[in-house]
Amino acid sequence: MKKNKLIERTIHGIFLILGLLTVGCVLLITVYLVISGIPAITEIGLFDFLFGAKWASTASEPEFGILPFILTSIYGTAGAILIGVPIGFFAAVYLSKLANPKVKAFMEGAVSLLAGIPSVVYGLVGMLVLVPAVREIFDIPDGASLFSAIIVLAIMILPSIIKVSMTALEAVPKEYEDASLALGATPIETYFKVSVPAAKSGIAAAVVLGVGRAIGEAMAVMMVSGNVPNMPSLFQSVRFLTTAVASEMSYSSGLQQQALFSIALVLFLFIMLINATLNFFLKKEKD
Amino acid sequence: MSDIMTAKDLNLWYGETHALKNVNITIPEKSITAFIGPSGCGKSTFLKTLNRMNDLIPSVKITGEVCYNGQNIYDSLVDVNELRREIGMVFQKPNPFPMSIYDNIAYGPRTHGIKSKVKLDEIVEQSLRDAAIWDEVKDRLKKNALGMSGGQQQRLCIARALAVKPKILLMDEPTSALDPISTSRIEELAIELKKSYTIVIVTHNMQQAVRISDNTAFFLLGELIEYGETEKLFSQPTDKRTEDYITGRFG
Ligand SMILES: Nc1ncnc2c1ncn2[C@@H]1O[C@H](COP(=O)(O)OP(=O)(O)O)[C@@H](O)[C@H]1O
Ligand SMILES: [Mg+2]
Repeated sequence: MKKNKLIERTIHGIFLILGLLTVGCVLLITVYLVISGIPAITEIGLFDFLFGAKWASTASEPEFGILPFILTSIYGTAGAILIGVPIGFFAAVYLSKLANPKVKAFMEGAVSLLAGIPSVVYGLVGMLVLVPAVREIFDIPDGASLFSAIIVLAIMILPSIIKVSMTALEAVPKEYEDASLALGATPIETYFKVSVPAAKSGIAAAVVLGVGRAIGEAMAVMMVSGNVPNMPSLFQSVRFLTTAVASEMSYSSGLQQQALFSIALVLFLFIMLINATLNFFLKKEKD
Repeated sequence: MSDIMTAKDLNLWYGETHALKNVNITIPEKSITAFIGPSGCGKSTFLKTLNRMNDLIPSVKITGEVCYNGQNIYDSLVDVNELRREIGMVFQKPNPFPMSIYDNIAYGPRTHGIKSKVKLDEIVEQSLRDAAIWDEVKDRLKKNALGMSGGQQQRLCIARALAVKPKILLMDEPTSALDPISTSRIEELAIELKKSYTIVIVTHNMQQAVRISDNTAFFLLGELIEYGETEKLFSQPTDKRTEDYITGRFG
């Protein structure tokens, strides 16, 4: 009896420590980012840092304006969402409601595979296939551009959008669909007028998850976007918040390095905001 | 009273399971027909063959005919959606959509092309009145239907079915999830509705069949054992198995 209780307690304790470890990591990262991100911002000035249009970190008169990165990340994500969400949404409706079981099993496998491909592979294929194609089709000097990055991101967010939307659509009680069919609605009408509205918080969560994935992606976009700190324009080389940190970190020092930490902090805040939105939708879905 | 529906030699299989065996029945118009029998005997299955809700289950195979106004509803020319509009259904578990009360009722008419707000308002009010629930909900039409009690939800589902102006209303144990007071309200409602609609009701409750139905069909293991006027079936059953069932000797 007593021994059992002791074992219970020990196990409970171990799990608690493991749980705290996770929380500890998150806290550590947050505190570290805030502490190391603040100095550059105070030195450069919050306004000049966030809204400065020029990034020239290694010039003799260095400038640290990250507006190009912020806008590129926002435009790139928005573009990926604009393309990826409709495709992912309709694919999810098709797979969860219309596809026959064999097609469904096959396509679900493909989607899982798509989710498992490392981002450097997306980048590689993008670099070798997409970038030259964009150069040819749009007749521009360099295909490495915001446009190419948007295409790659759109494909990369598809699996999360499809899977999360599918889960939400499949959780819609069959009774709702039966009721609609029994009123003489066609299956398609039923899916779009009853099932989709009933799954809307889950679908919204899928979109937000896609936003999170797109804004946080570094490797693939670095390889197809040209990585030049221009103000964003669809067919020009651009640099994202993520790639701004990644591409200079290895050789940076002093204020430049501190500014990179500040960029990471800004990115972190974006992600926090997106996570809060995601939690909001997930909670709504539960109710 | 003329007959509105007739099943002829109807057989149904779920894969290998022979769930309905040579069912023959005629259902008179503007009356209440009850299906009774032990659970698993095929009552729900048969009810669903009457508006082709079984089409949705891939393994189902059906032979024989179900005629509605003289037309075999399993004929390939029949528009299933139009058929289901005319033969409405109320389910065992109340299943209002997760929308407002108003939108629940307006869903059917909207699906069938009615857009005018005035027209929809009119249909919503009339359907709710016909389902004897208007007074309870008229001040909260914009509220979510899931906030209502189970009994109210079921009457809302009846109103929703009435909103597309069906000829027949199929009800599958509509009161099995409800308390006695809600149950008797639905029973009163059914008796009221039979003035304008044909009602077919599945019930596991024999007293309910006696209270409200004109004709009763007794099913056992996928077969229609006995069918006739309710009063007669319960007082002088002709089949031994019917007698055993209604006297509670099995099932
Ligand atoms: N979707 C289904 N797939 C396979 N078998 C089913 C299905 N629905 C019902 N059945 C079987 O058909 C028989 C009749 O079921 P049902 O019509 O639901 O009976 P009841 O409504 O009288 O209780 C049962 O043996 C049941 O197991
Ligand atoms: Mg049943």
